[in-house]
Amino acid sequence: MSMFKIFDIAGSGMNAQTVRLNVTASNVANADNVSGDEAGAYRARQPVFSSFTNAMNAEENPLVRVLGIVESQADVAARYAPDNPNANEEGYVFSSNVNAIEEMVNMMSASRSYKNNIEVLNTSKDLLMRTLSMGQ
Amino acid sequence: MSFGNDPIFGIHAQALSIYSRRNEVIAANIANADTPNYKARDLDFASALGNAQKQSVEMAATHSGHITTSRSNAGTGDLLYRIPFQPSLDGNSVESDVEQAKFGENALRYQVALRFVSGSVSKMRAAISGRIQ
Repeated sequence: MSMFKIFDIAGSGMNAQTVRLNVTASNVANADNVSGDEAGAYRARQPVFSSFTNAMNAEENPLVRVLGIVESQADVAARYAPDNPNANEEGYVFSSNVNAIEEMVNMMSASRSYKNNIEVLNTSKDLLMRTLSMGQ
Repeated sequence: MSFGNDPIFGIHAQALSIYSRRNEVIAANIANADTPNYKARDLDFASALGNAQKQSVEMAATHSGHITTSRSNAGTGDLLYRIPFQPSLDGNSVESDVEQAKFGENALRYQVALRFVSGSVSKMRAAISGRIQ
């Protein structure tokens, strides 16, 4: 019986959501970073999920995998702050393009998905334990 | 795992095996709830059970090169795609609440089948030991 595969599937989902939570935490923590040049400004990051099946067995149920982490292409805002030690010659600093609302929504969504996976794991474990005690 | 047309366990052993597989399919849907372009799938129980029963008849192998039908994949195939109520822009067709409901339902059905199989085992044990437990 292939029920043990559920632990892999739910585990991969939890792992992907953890990466997402981690990236969100990093975005929120760096939201107020400022930089003296545009290229050095912090850009919000997002993980890209993809489903993953073993090439040997296409019928298999797909796991989740994190393909990579992409940086947001949104503009970074320039702010005039001549007294900031990071400011460039014209007195501008470049702040990050992190959108706090987006990050909060992301965080809630990730934690809900994580909880869903835990629930799947618990239920499956429960069913397996009952199966173990079959006929007793 | 297949018990074939077992006179003791009947259809419930096969049902149990299919519920177990369906659990896995729905777990994969829930895990991939945020994966772009992932299409939610589900197992068609009626045809999966039909297949499982058909496959318990083995083909005769008269030559060493003949491939025997594998009993282990009873219940494979019949994976259909779910039609989403509210399609989303990223191509993902998983709806968390639908999947949760299906998972709960399937877990319950699994327990029902398990209860039947378990009852059969208990009955056989009672018959073997010759006393009411």
